[in-house]
Amino acid sequence: MKDKKTAPALSPYENSVHAYGRVFGVIALVIMLLIPLAVSLYFSAWPPLNALLKALLGVLPMYWTVGIIEVFTFVPMLGTGGSYLGFVTGNLTNLKVPAALNAMQAAKVRPGTEEGDVISTIAIASSSIITTLIIALGVFLLGYLQPLLESPVLKPAFDNILPALFGALGVVFISKNPKIAAAPLVFMVVLFMLVPSLSKSVSILVPVGALIAIGVARVLYKKGLLDQKAGKN
Amino acid sequence: MFSVNHPFLYLLSGLVVVFIIVQSAFFLVKAVKQAKKLGISTDTVKKTILSSSLFSVAPAVSILVGVITLSKFIGLPFPWYRLSVLGAVTYELPAATLAASAMGVPVTETVTDPAAFSTIAWVMSLGILSGLILVVFGLKKIQGGMVSLAGKDKRWGEILQDALFLGMISAFVGLLFANVRQGLSGFIPIVVALSSAVLMAVCGLLIKKLKWTWLEQYAMPLCMLGAMALSLPITALMS
Repeated sequence: MKDKKTAPALSPYENSVHAYGRVFGVIALVIMLLIPLAVSLYFSAWPPLNALLKALLGVLPMYWTVGIIEVFTFVPMLGTGGSYLGFVTGNLTNLKVPAALNAMQAAKVRPGTEEGDVISTIAIASSSIITTLIIALGVFLLGYLQPLLESPVLKPAFDNILPALFGALGVVFISKNPKIAAAPLVFMVVLFMLVPSLSKSVSILVPVGALIAIGVARVLYKKGLLDQKAGKN
Repeated sequence: MFSVNHPFLYLLSGLVVVFIIVQSAFFLVKAVKQAKKLGISTDTVKKTILSSSLFSVAPAVSILVGVITLSKFIGLPFPWYRLSVLGAVTYELPAATLAASAMGVPVTETVTDPAAFSTIAWVMSLGILSGLILVVFGLKKIQGGMVSLAGKDKRWGEILQDALFLGMISAFVGLLFANVRQGLSGFIPIVVALSSAVLMAVCGLLIKKLKWTWLEQYAMPLCMLGAMALSLPITALMS
């Protein structure tokens, strides 16, 4: 009961987003368990226990840790509605988080405010609908699309989606806060140059970068080296 | 008779896709209504929807490429479901590979053994659940904790937010440098990111100096597509 006293009062909108978010989230969880169950029942094919355990042992420690880290990293950026939706529809780092950040930036609202929450939810919902429709359409038109999508001419474009995305996103956010950005940027560039194999676990490095940035920001703020006025975008 | 492209599997994936669309549409309508109440202009709402949709086209097509990659191994319907719900190719491919190797099945050919397929199905589904479980049962508490972490200092709360973004961005900018030791071709991602940044800076100038405010919402998707297009000649020149 302690957190009831300290937690800020939620608006009726936020409360209803929590309620519906949980309902949809629980349904999504049930679906994700029912699908492998349905596969096993329909084809009467159950996974051999030792193979299943062996594979899960390889997957769960890493994936479950990354999943938990993602929640703590992305929830403050996505807001309430955006989190409930984003953590069901997935593709967070390569799509939903940048879409939400871009939308809030363009609409001149801040994450953590109710306006930011609403814009982030609208962005993530639109993005989810379009993405789901494009993939579904693609699956049904695969015969026509496969030669085009797998053509060597277009391969570099798909290989370079992340650089194309983070170049534009980076310049916007870095130029707004170069003092906070400098230390984590230098750290990450040097780290990846020294240990290229880390590129497989970039999700784990996101909170590392965030901790460095927060530490630097705290020091700069305390020394009065950052703009002290609230509401500065 | 089992097949990785059995109609039953298409049916399951189809149902999931309908669920995702329903949930997204529900939250979209709810947020649009709330935007009206908060006094956010219809124009801003419309632009947010259009710009986010445009922004999603290229990543969605790249997810589709991921579905195709996985389809050679476990058929089309299952990766379709896995990449429509809480998936990302970067997780799904290793998860499927691990499950296959535990069953002694090669990843280079299509799975024909139903037991191997169901093992892969269980591993791919269970592997990804932690984030969703935590959000469903803990989001309220986590958000409460974050509010108290920022404290009463509003400006520090904003700086904390910005620092969090910059942490994420710096990790991905660092990632661009992972292959520089391979020689010239290892610099391709850096040049592509720089061209995307330059396009964005040009958009920024157009918005500020020429007052092209309509561009604000569309700058990001346009720069991304522009840089992807530029990656074709850049790759040709540098590899």
